[in-house]
Amino acid sequence: MSAAGKETQSSIANRAELLPALKQELGKNGNLSKTVLTSLADKTGLPLNEIYGVATFYAYLPVAAAGKNIIRVCGCLPCDLKDAQGVIGSIKKELGIEPGQTTADARFSLEQVGCIGACDQAPAMMINDTLYGNLTPARIAEILKSFK
Amino acid sequence: MAEKRIVLGNCGVIDPQNIETYLAKGGFKAFIKARDKMKPQGIVEEIKKSGLTGRGGAGFPCGLKWELARNTKAKTKYLICNADEGEVGQFKDKYLLSKDPFTLIEGMLIAGLAIGAQQAFIYLRAEYHVLYDQLCRAIEQAKEKGFLKHLDIKVFEGAGSYICGEESALMNSIEGRRGESRYKPPYPPTSGLWDKPTIINNVETLMNVPHIINNGAAWFSAMGTKRSKGTKVFCVSGDVARPGVYELEMGSPLKELLIGLAGAKDIKAVQIGGSAGSIIPASMIDTPLAHETFLGSGAVVALNSSRDIIDIVHNDMHFLNEESCGKCTPCREGTEVILEILGRLTRGEGVAGDISALEDLARTMALASLCGLGQAAAVPVLDSLKYFREEYINRIDQSLFLRSYLGSEFYKSKEGVR
Repeated sequence: MSAAGKETQSSIANRAELLPALKQELGKNGNLSKTVLTSLADKTGLPLNEIYGVATFYAYLPVAAAGKNIIRVCGCLPCDLKDAQGVIGSIKKELGIEPGQTTADARFSLEQVGCIGACDQAPAMMINDTLYGNLTPARIAEILKSFK
Repeated sequence: MAEKRIVLGNCGVIDPQNIETYLAKGGFKAFIKARDKMKPQGIVEEIKKSGLTGRGGAGFPCGLKWELARNTKAKTKYLICNADEGEVGQFKDKYLLSKDPFTLIEGMLIAGLAIGAQQAFIYLRAEYHVLYDQLCRAIEQAKEKGFLKHLDIKVFEGAGSYICGEESALMNSIEGRRGESRYKPPYPPTSGLWDKPTIINNVETLMNVPHIINNGAAWFSAMGTKRSKGTKVFCVSGDVARPGVYELEMGSPLKELLIGLAGAKDIKAVQIGGSAGSIIPASMIDTPLAHETFLGSGAVVALNSSRDIIDIVHNDMHFLNEESCGKCTPCREGTEVILEILGRLTRGEGVAGDISALEDLARTMALASLCGLGQAAAVPVLDSLKYFREEYINRIDQSLFLRSYLGSEFYKSKEGVR
């Protein structure tokens, strides 16, 4: 039996809204800090540890402080074959950060992620919701410059 | 055999932002036929007769699944379209959703009639957020035409988790939980989303439905092989001249897809099905692509002679280890240990017992893991040991030699070559 069988109707309804609510909070704040999660716990009546457990499960719900623009470079096989590590190297050259880090001016955070569905344009990355494929060092520099 | 663009038929032909262009091409005729001229049981029978199997990777007979849900007595039933396409090498659903959301909606409407669902979700992965507005608009346009009277369709966005493409983890995600797999039974058609009968189908599976209703089950089952009917949309990437999306009849030879259409020249090995997909050598290039042989999700990655098989398998396992939901021990710990062994092999730190350890772990994970991720995770390892065993043996021999050399008096002495 799924966990749903043990809960009341109202807590199920609150639970069903959790993921959309977390995304909404993320839209307002750059990340899901403890303050944000605590207020969400108060609003929904769900325990803070449950909300934290859900938030930390998903890769696109950053809990730690993140930069204004999140760069996600795909490291999976088709992109790896087309030098995804070189893309990460180019970004390090331009911004001075490695995966898991944020620039000092908080303009960018960098992460290495799983397949983003751009295998025919490998190597590829996402910055926020936009996909950039067929990357070269020159193209990467140009793309990064276009972000404030 | 050339490409057979049936599921891809409207892509690049209709305007995905304008339902009128879809209607002009005969869109929603199948739904109207199913709604006005067929009984729900009749729709299920037609899909069963067609032999349509799941296109997301598992390949379960679609009609049989719908029948199970149809026969479960319940007031509330759910339909979910799995658009969480996270498999490595897979991008067909992104292509389909961006160019023809209407065929998917029509397929969902027919499925809803067949199983008796009132509420449907399209679980769209977060990485495809850019498709969200267009998808919602397409649903809105279909609603304005009066097609959504029996079924409400909502788009539910994921948040970055490969395992949420697994149906039970997907349901947990919609319920606002961690995307962990569930113990089965019960299976979704009996008890799924919020314990109600639920059908989860891949985007491509649902997009086959209007064609089957329009042209008949016999038309569909005339294509393909004994167990794999119809066409399949393949995604080709890696060492090919023309990566992209191609649709072929089931049972078409790999050679036709890889060399004929995608322009691969130098092939050492091919991985078929994604990160946990089979790795086969170039000598098997004539193999037909079907459930009976190799298929999975239809993601095909070509590897040329410059590629190192152990590096490939290591990359795959890194992904699977990262994406494991962590609930069951065989997968959570097994992927971790296999990753460690493969990592040492790539760095020249292999030991004699590594191969037997890999085989042992692989067998255990296949038997004991809760879901497909853990069960299939070691397939690339086992396949590469079967077809490229000498690469592992060489790597271990080199590691043993390197260690003994670095520890030798010769190396430590002034004459040692560095």
